[in-house]
Amino acid sequence: MTDFQIEHLTVRYGTGSRAHLAVDDVSLRVPPGRTLGLVGESGSGKSSVAAAAVGLVRPAGGAIRLDGVDVSARGAAARAARRRIQLVFQDPFSALDPRMPVGTSIAEATRATGRRFTRAEKAERVAELLRRVHIDPSRAGELPGAFSGGQRQRITIARALAGEPAVLIADEITSALDVSVQGVILNLLRELQADLGLTVLFISHNLAVVRYVSHELCVMRNGRVVEAGETEAVLERPADPYTRELLAAVPVLGERLDLGAPA
Amino acid sequence: MATRTRRSRILTPAGITTAVGLAIVVGLAIVGPIIWGAQAEATSVADRLQGPSALHPFGTDELGRDVLARVLAGTRTSVLLALGATAIAVALGVVLGLLPTVLPRVLRRALTGLIDILLAFPWLLLALFFSAIWGASATGAMLAVGFAGIPAFARLNYTLASSIMGRDYVRAARIVGVGPIGVLARHVVPNAAGPLLVNATVHASGALLSFAGLSFLGLGVQSPEYDWGRLLREGIARIYVNPMAAIGPGIAIVATGLFLTLASDVFATTPRRGALIRTGLRGLRPALRTGAGRAASAPHLVTTDEADAVSVARGLRIAFPGAEGGSVERVHGVELEIAPGEVVGIVGESGSGKSITAMALAGLIEPPGAVAAAELRFRGVDLLGPLSAASKRRLGLELAMVFQDPLTSLNPALTIGRQLTEAVEVHEGVSRAEARERAVRALASVGIPDPERRLGQYPHEFSGGMRQRAMIAMGLMGSPRLIVADEPTTALDVTVQRQVLQNLRRAQTLTHTAILFISHDIALVAGFSDRILVMKDGLVVEQLAADRLLVDAQHPYTKALIACVPDMASDRTQPLPVIGDLDTARRAS
Repeated sequence: MTDFQIEHLTVRYGTGSRAHLAVDDVSLRVPPGRTLGLVGESGSGKSSVAAAAVGLVRPAGGAIRLDGVDVSARGAAARAARRRIQLVFQDPFSALDPRMPVGTSIAEATRATGRRFTRAEKAERVAELLRRVHIDPSRAGELPGAFSGGQRQRITIARALAGEPAVLIADEITSALDVSVQGVILNLLRELQADLGLTVLFISHNLAVVRYVSHELCVMRNGRVVEAGETEAVLERPADPYTRELLAAVPVLGERLDLGAPA
Repeated sequence: MATRTRRSRILTPAGITTAVGLAIVVGLAIVGPIIWGAQAEATSVADRLQGPSALHPFGTDELGRDVLARVLAGTRTSVLLALGATAIAVALGVVLGLLPTVLPRVLRRALTGLIDILLAFPWLLLALFFSAIWGASATGAMLAVGFAGIPAFARLNYTLASSIMGRDYVRAARIVGVGPIGVLARHVVPNAAGPLLVNATVHASGALLSFAGLSFLGLGVQSPEYDWGRLLREGIARIYVNPMAAIGPGIAIVATGLFLTLASDVFATTPRRGALIRTGLRGLRPALRTGAGRAASAPHLVTTDEADAVSVARGLRIAFPGAEGGSVERVHGVELEIAPGEVVGIVGESGSGKSITAMALAGLIEPPGAVAAAELRFRGVDLLGPLSAASKRRLGLELAMVFQDPLTSLNPALTIGRQLTEAVEVHEGVSRAEARERAVRALASVGIPDPERRLGQYPHEFSGGMRQRAMIAMGLMGSPRLIVADEPTTALDVTVQRQVLQNLRRAQTLTHTAILFISHDIALVAGFSDRILVMKDGLVVEQLAADRLLVDAQHPYTKALIACVPDMASDRTQPLPVIGDLDTARRAS
């Protein structure tokens, strides 16, 4: 079973007096084969956690362990482990190379598996992945511009799956999409998790969305984890005042927005 | 798709001119020396220094050679030199520009520093410097102009590459293990190619002129070789005797330069579908505050009773030019009436026409967008006809807008204070001091601490939520009767969203203004508004009282919108209901 945990992670941007501590001693564990929801507002450091996990930023301290291997370290073992963590980006419009056919983008990602694919094997794998995310495989030769936002996001998910990841990190994957498409993506993610037994770190600022897909929940603020636990438990009995504030700010259908006393 | 846009790009007047012109230049470069080469070099002392005649349209030079033949035959040398110099500049510029992106930090700094230093030298000076090294010859001049162009291309390439390196698709490639060289070859170069091509064409035109200049100064092509610059130099001495000897080569230089510049224009990417409308709307926004750009004639002002609707639209249709020419109707007959003090919400997905409907209600759709309606009024002002000064004043003071991205709707070059006071100073003629006083009150009323100091700050010094509140404050400066809030909180965090909505609600209670609230989030719209309009594909499919949404919703689309959004009570064991079929539900955006 996949064991993915983050231990005392610290991420710092800039140096000297302009240094900014984005992630401050964060520890969390994604339950194997399940989804951990990471909630927080912009600047809370949740995306920095994702960036550190896939090696886009080098942590200032702490460890990110996949089955015991620290993926943030140097060396071949760490690099191989890092390839088993794949990231799906927020904006499906900038996440695909506008000049590269979507099939080629997906085929490119197969190199994360560390195996060599023949041309025919690659084409077959691409078709299989496109079918998986419910896109017509015959469209593999088209450029990203021919697809809608929701379709593009499904293609980026297919690309992430091409690396045969043990851990999938979804960083705000529905916040750039229309609500009707959001449902499609969330359903797909749940379906993929059930079929492939993926361990998912789901990052979002939308509490309702996080609640829907996550088994466990972790609330971040100012680079720190303020509350964590089983989703139901945290949302029913939030211990931290910030979690309560977040909950109060979520609009509920059919209810007049409680705006309290104006600030 | 790609071939179609490319063809349509060439089939414009500029495209045709360029294609024909460049074909002529290239044709002359190939066949010119073959056809006219002998004639251009045939000396005839008897015919020397003749003026224009039927036999020699540009006259002859001091050795009796035909100037026209020399201009035509000189095309090859001139064009090859210009292209050669451009090729050197582009090739080495690309290498030098891409290199820093794969180098370690220290070397990268050093190299980009070097490029910046080289950029600071005037490039003609560099060319003269290189001519001095390699001597005055055609090859020397080509190397000189070529090398002198490298820093500019290196810098351009580095900037392009850096911006592409920051894109998510490059990050994605790095995550799957594509190395730096692979990223450059597969992602950076293809995406930088467009702008590079445009710049190379402009540079070729510049190089052509530089050669003409160098040869004219005697530093380029040397006798008995000749190019246009050389011919110009020979002709200029006799310009009063035979002007065509100088003007002839001059025409060749100017025309070729012009064709190359036109070509860069044609290569420059044409706006994609949708982009036109988006930029069109963005361009319109600043017009609101000052009422600038409206024709001032024909008074249409009708005095209104307070009980009358603030805003009325009957049979509102809005069309924009389509990608393939013609016009595409985006809103097909919307009926809307907003009562004083009422909060009306419009909910719909992107492309439903909700934003442009709001823009039309504010009279902000301008050509190429076209608005047609049986009636379109704001507080008695007919928005379909030209506006009088009084109408403009009324719109400026009584209509306020809050947009999704306040960074683009606030002017980054002006202080918040200046932007807040502009409308009342222009339309109400209040003194600067009084306007400032009001601005302080307005900022304070939207909960911005320390308003006096904040007034002197620029938009980038405000956080996203602060900017939205400043936009609301701007609306409160006049006497708003309608605030159009188009996705005002979509870019904001939920807790900040709550603060902004608190301020909007407070502004409404204070001034009894009506609000038109637009969002794709049906829960948010229902929670904030009195009445909801559900829009889909340019039509209002349903109108409901907000508090009766769950009970009264009849239209399947409204029901689907309600069902497809997860809320804090969604059943997590069931998949979310989905609108329409997976692949056919939405057209490419």
